[in-house]
Amino acid sequence: MRVVIAEDLFLLRDGLTRLLEAHGLEVSAAVDNGKDLLEVLTADPSSVPDVAVVDVRLPPTFTDEGLRAALAARREVPGLPVLVLSQYVEQLYARELLACGDGGIGYLLKDRVFDSAQFVDAVRRVAAGGTAMDPEVIARLLARNSGDGALAALSPREREVLGLMAEGRSNAAIAQRLFVSERAVAKHTASIFLKLGLQPSDDDNRRVLAVLAYLGR
Amino acid sequence: MSGTVMIPGSPSHRSAQRPGVRGDIIAAGRGLAFGGLMLAGLGLLLVPVIALILVGLGAGVVIGATALPGIQRAVLGLLLILTGLLMGRLLMLSVLLAVRRLAILTRRLAREWCGVPIAEAYLPPPGIGIVSGTGNGKLSFRQRLWWLASDPATWRDLLWATMNAVVGWILALLPAMLVGVGLIGFIAPTLRHVIEIPPPAFPGNSPAVLILIGTAFVTLGLAAAPWLLRAYGGFAGAMLGPPGQAELALRVRHLAQTRAETLDSGAAEIRRIERDLHDGAQARLVAMGMALSAADELLDANPAAARALLTEARDASAKALAELRALVRGVHPPVLADRGLAAAIQALALDSRLKVDVLGSLPGRPQPPVESAAYFAVCELLANVSKHAWIDMRYEHGLLRVDVADDGHGGADPAAGTGLHGIERRLAAFDGILALNSPPGGPTVVTMEIPCALSSPKTSSC
Repeated sequence: MRVVIAEDLFLLRDGLTRLLEAHGLEVSAAVDNGKDLLEVLTADPSSVPDVAVVDVRLPPTFTDEGLRAALAARREVPGLPVLVLSQYVEQLYARELLACGDGGIGYLLKDRVFDSAQFVDAVRRVAAGGTAMDPEVIARLLARNSGDGALAALSPREREVLGLMAEGRSNAAIAQRLFVSERAVAKHTASIFLKLGLQPSDDDNRRVLAVLAYLGR
Repeated sequence: MSGTVMIPGSPSHRSAQRPGVRGDIIAAGRGLAFGGLMLAGLGLLLVPVIALILVGLGAGVVIGATALPGIQRAVLGLLLILTGLLMGRLLMLSVLLAVRRLAILTRRLAREWCGVPIAEAYLPPPGIGIVSGTGNGKLSFRQRLWWLASDPATWRDLLWATMNAVVGWILALLPAMLVGVGLIGFIAPTLRHVIEIPPPAFPGNSPAVLILIGTAFVTLGLAAAPWLLRAYGGFAGAMLGPPGQAELALRVRHLAQTRAETLDSGAAEIRRIERDLHDGAQARLVAMGMALSAADELLDANPAAARALLTEARDASAKALAELRALVRGVHPPVLADRGLAAAIQALALDSRLKVDVLGSLPGRPQPPVESAAYFAVCELLANVSKHAWIDMRYEHGLLRVDVADDGHGGADPAAGTGLHGIERRLAAFDGILALNSPPGGPTVVTMEIPCALSSPKTSSC
């Protein structure tokens, strides 16, 4: 699997490269600014990388250069998987990322790199067209909507499952995380979909988008 | 997002001109009130005049030739001088302060009734520091007299009171007098069979003619009233407003005060950041270093314990990061730096637990300090909102205007709580103002206006 990294701090760029390579991914390019990133991603349509891991804040503006470059690249190469890393999460940016096409989107705090296994898992998930939303984004969405009638109807366990589901995890991953059987998770998700009035679906990514659309409305 | 947006209960400070006879009567009444103030000022002016006359009379008696013998003459003269001086000594301060109060009242009424805003440019009493604000009101007679006498505004007020005693008769009192003469002199006497009143001014005329004359007087008075009231406002503005120099001095004083407050709050903010870093991230980094060196020592002897320490260090670094993140958000939110005020307020609305509708947009970005002040002002206001808020922002005529409205019960007291005052001070550094409109029953609308320039919107290359 070929990965492009965009990160301006040398230490982090180097660390990310080593981490991904240690888990058997190939880093095809590591750039340090938004312009180079856009070039690498869109230069050669025949060899588009499998996923781009992008820092939001990049030179020359040191604002949301990385995010804008990633969004621009996705406009040129629809569905290009992008995992955005940041020192902070902003609902506004999460929204913009989710709004630009179906799936292949990740938005994580840089801290999540600490847990390398989970981080690499997220990279693979995004590369496969899935979703990886930071738990903090989800937590704030849930908190914002906690007064909502439908969410209030969920049991605590169902809320937990909903949060993990919104992060982009499959039923199997949720089961493993919560130490329950996959069938139990399936029962919870069915109940959640019923209570929230969402269309049940087997496709992990569609499921995530449905949940996020519900939470973000 | 549309630019033109209705906010429930949006404040409109323009009081509409009352049309018709009602407005004319009100104008005549207001002129009468101004006339009353004029007479009060005239009375006040008489005090120093009488004192001066007494002194002069005394001097004249002492020096001049009178029928009295020398000793008696000297005693009477000195007595007169002493009375004059004592009168001045006892009443001077009160008179000056009373004239000042009259001038202040006239300024207020000129603003409310004539639509003429007149700036007040009095020197603050001595001993009241701008920064400390802890001057106490106990001043000696000499200090107070010096404070008043050294203020050019005092002398301008006295000049106004003198001029007013002449001009006020025409501009302020004339309409009421015309109406009064018309009513009492002509109309009322012709109704003599109803009430007992002296005969009319032009006896011999038929009642119809007299009523006609009276009506003409009343009509003339009422018709002239609004014009003369406006003219009086212009006169008061010219006499009572600070001249250019005083306006500059006023401006300097305002700048000095807001600068001092800005520096104060800046210093307090830096202390808070220092404390947060010291107690938070810094402490966690120390803990991390200790855990790492302990793990280093244990690595060979007890790998399991070393692993536990490493986990601990990782957790500490995650917590340090979270704290730094929160700190940065409070100092200058990244989204504000990245995208500007409009987007940052959108983000704020997205993050809020309340229902917040953001309306309007800005054609460009203000300077970063202005953005920051406006952003934190909105944060503070949202913290006081009950359930549902509207935020409307726009930029017109060099003013950044942000309205924050809610559907609460209203009745917010601007004097209570330090929040609004803090926002006001924050905005004052940019000559911005804050207006609160919170009638009982709601809604509450807070309007911020900051004069500023906008940079053209950033053109994105990608």
